[in-house]
Amino acid sequence: MKYLSNAATLKLDAGKCAGCGMCIEVCPHGVFRLEGKRAVITDPDGCMECGACAVNCASGALAVDKGVGCAAAIINSILYGGEPSCDCTGKSNKDSCC
Amino acid sequence: MSGTKKPDFKLAGPVKGPSCACNGPGGTGLKNCCTAGKQKPPYVTGTVRSAIGEVWRVSTGLTPSDKWGIVKCRTSSYRNDYKVEAGLYAAGQPGRGSDVLVTANYKYSFDVLRRELKGISAWILVLDTNGINVWCAAGKGTFGTAELVKRISLAQLDKLVEHKRIIVPQLGAAGVSAHEVKKATGYRVVYGPVNAKDIPAFIEAEYKATREMRTMGFPVKHRLVLTPMEIVPMLKKYPLFALVILLAFGLQPSGILFRSAFQGGLPFLLFGLVSIFAGAFLTPVLLPYIPSRAFAVKGWIMGAVTTGLSLVIFPRFNPILLSMILLFFPLASSYIALQFTGSTTFTGMSGVKKELKTGIPLYLISTAVSAVLLVIYKLIEWRMI
Repeated sequence: MKYLSNAATLKLDAGKCAGCGMCIEVCPHGVFRLEGKRAVITDPDGCMECGACAVNCASGALAVDKGVGCAAAIINSILYGGEPSCDCTGKSNKDSCC
Repeated sequence: MSGTKKPDFKLAGPVKGPSCACNGPGGTGLKNCCTAGKQKPPYVTGTVRSAIGEVWRVSTGLTPSDKWGIVKCRTSSYRNDYKVEAGLYAAGQPGRGSDVLVTANYKYSFDVLRRELKGISAWILVLDTNGINVWCAAGKGTFGTAELVKRISLAQLDKLVEHKRIIVPQLGAAGVSAHEVKKATGYRVVYGPVNAKDIPAFIEAEYKATREMRTMGFPVKHRLVLTPMEIVPMLKKYPLFALVILLAFGLQPSGILFRSAFQGGLPFLLFGLVSIFAGAFLTPVLLPYIPSRAFAVKGWIMGAVTTGLSLVIFPRFNPILLSMILLFFPLASSYIALQFTGSTTFTGMSGVKKELKTGIPLYLISTAVSAVLLVIYKLIEWRMI
């Protein structure tokens, strides 16, 4: 299953890549491959912009406009402001300890 | 919001004895934070002695009540407050060489992990994600570097185990930065498989995950269990829709007539249910087989097909009402199907934004046009035009 083509914002700066392979380890959609000790994006449309690769890239070679692919979250952020988030409850900062 | 902003009084941990974290930072204003003397939750079957004191041992079997909890999480807002206490737990008889597995304090996540640990001795480090699952909490950052670093120190991992390896679920990687955790604590984050069921094989293979274990599929079984939480919220909005429809059809110059409300409104009430069924059930279940990659289009197709089929039951419709039905209900299915983007494993934010950019104006305009058509129909009915 693939989502819209050419929509994902994933960018790889091959010059900065150290070839550690961490992006391959964390990507839940297998969009990367190592080719000659450098990561390459082999399936850009497979990217769901979770941001795991960029967060775990120690050399800062990856950038992605990280966010949740959820219509309700995006509509809520348009209506009420803030970043789209998975918090469907609408409640935040619940003051319950333990 | 990020985990770093959380008040420190949430430093609860089910580690008993002198290591209780209640006297930690933010020692004032504590409430309920100490496990000592607290009643054991039903999934705790005993204690394990360790270098840092006694640690609660959890059962690796799920009770009927745990399973019923999963059903409720899948069907209602019960999932919004289904938590275990964050902190350290034990599975089996772990020692200084045992693995440390990290999870979220959503009880469903915790249950799924311990269920897979039959015959495995390991430590379980539960992060406080405010009862949200690993994947969603990682996106939000509450399952994140800061919380993990904090829990490593609270659980005194350096005394508890002799190695420097912690296994974090791969779906937590969006919130956890392995190199930053290493820098802050010295612990090497090893990303485990996507699914907890692969953990035994992953450990067996010396922390190597196969490509299958690393990738997140979306089989029909997973899509199916998600549909109740698509259908239920829509059904909650349905009475309002029904009220509007019954009022619109019942309203006559002489007042509100129940007879005309039901005679005229009934088919519309049915179309409403059909469009929910098409968008919240058929689209998710048949997802890969419906043409187009856009969820709005997939939903519209299913809505058009089901509305068309339902029209067979009511063959004779006023042309104005017919155009309203054909305009409104497939688009309602389209909108409902778009909501499913929040539950899939493969839709990204940029794509959803792209869909909404054309979708929202289209939904608003078509709803307005539908309302106008209904008004025109009423005016003709009342012989006013």
